[in-house]
Amino acid sequence: MNFTLLVVGLLTAVALVAIALGIARAISPRSFNPQKGEAYECGIPTHGKSWVQLKAGYYLFAILFLMFDVETIYLFPWASIVQELGIYGLASVIFFLAILVLGLAYAWKKGALEWK
Amino acid sequence: MFDFSIVTGWIHNLLTSFLPYGLAVFVECVAIGIGIMIAYALIAIIMIFMERKVCAAFQCRLGPMRVGPQGTVQIFCDVIKMLTKEIVKIREADKFLYNLAPYVVIAASVLAFSCLPVNKGMEVLDFNVGVFFLLAASSIGVVGILLAGWSSNNKYSLIGAMRSGAQMVSYELSTGLSILTIVVLTDTMQLSEIVARQADGWFIFKGHVSAVIAFIIYLIAGNAEVNRGPFDLPEAESELTAGYHTEYSGMHFGLFYVAEFVNLFIISGVATTIFLGGWMPLHIPGWEGFNAVMDFIPGFVWFFGKAFFVVWLLMWIKWTFPRLRIDQILTLEWKYLIPLGLVNLLLMVIIVVFKLHF
Repeated sequence: MNFTLLVVGLLTAVALVAIALGIARAISPRSFNPQKGEAYECGIPTHGKSWVQLKAGYYLFAILFLMFDVETIYLFPWASIVQELGIYGLASVIFFLAILVLGLAYAWKKGALEWK
Repeated sequence: MFDFSIVTGWIHNLLTSFLPYGLAVFVECVAIGIGIMIAYALIAIIMIFMERKVCAAFQCRLGPMRVGPQGTVQIFCDVIKMLTKEIVKIREADKFLYNLAPYVVIAASVLAFSCLPVNKGMEVLDFNVGVFFLLAASSIGVVGILLAGWSSNNKYSLIGAMRSGAQMVSYELSTGLSILTIVVLTDTMQLSEIVARQADGWFIFKGHVSAVIAFIIYLIAGNAEVNRGPFDLPEAESELTAGYHTEYSGMHFGLFYVAEFVNLFIISGVATTIFLGGWMPLHIPGWEGFNAVMDFIPGFVWFFGKAFFVVWLLMWIKWTFPRLRIDQILTLEWKYLIPLGLVNLLLMVIIVVFKLHF
């Protein structure tokens, strides 16, 4: 039943957007003007191509995020049984987190966390 | 407490009594879909009105007052205005991705929204990995924002989307870590089960100082994840026009706007569910009369009361602090909140393993 409801939720989202846009398209005015189709940006004519290369800093943070996100995936199953594991669970997670913190410390020392 | 599953069970029995089983389930699914849609739109409308009124109150103004008593009809007029605006198509945009972006953003927010346990037996999606699903669903929103920024062929949108991506992705880790702290305490990931475990005390009280730290981290990170408050630089009006949705007009823009506000509600709803006891009433041990009176207030009133209290808190933060710079935001997350979150997690494990909680 749960997965049926998941599909229902997804279809609801699609229907919500489709209905809202459908109503808007049906009742909103329409006029044609070649200037309307241009990118607005900030009001003045745009200069050059817009799909430009961006600062590498963003990608560094994305890579760091991957490291920690995968860690969260592994920690969730552990967290739901840690009460049964007891001391063993505590010891294993200290080991796990130590490796992770080493990674973060390395990134920190290399200056990957600075925004330059 | 009133159990809503009595009502749903009664409807199910009624439908199966005169319809074949498959058709009855289909009718129920359609009813659930319509219910989610109405609840979603209503929450969005209430949130936008609340934002305008709370913002006005913090700036010593009255806010909308002209249309209807205390300006309550104003927001419906805004909806009608939004619907009657032309949807402008950008000639050089990537058409497919440009049109796909609102669907992705709304889908993420609707899926997360339908996870919230509003009352006993009144949640739509209740997986046994509920918290995990919630995190996964809400993080799809980043993809939609990046698509919107990239496809609209506009430098400001692109910068806004990239900033938003870096920020949301970073702060997701902190929300994950603080939720993880509570999962350690409950040893379950099912949202309805998490609420049920708080019958004898909300987790913010039960989990000692560790839960309080996790709650504060969650509020900061949640606020940053919905691009609001002092962390609203993806759509910094004064530098980037409107960020990733500059090129969207009319209802196209309206959908992004609605998703942003409902995401704020979802953040507060999750904070309520996980830290503040969801639909559980406030009980003080020893005060029997007080507890009995509190039990008379229905669960969904408790849930919405707490959720809107958290929303009000986040709005207070938004209208009080000035905007941060991107390097300050990333420094706050990576050098303060993540190490603090990890230490806090270890602290909670020690509390749980040595049975220091009550």
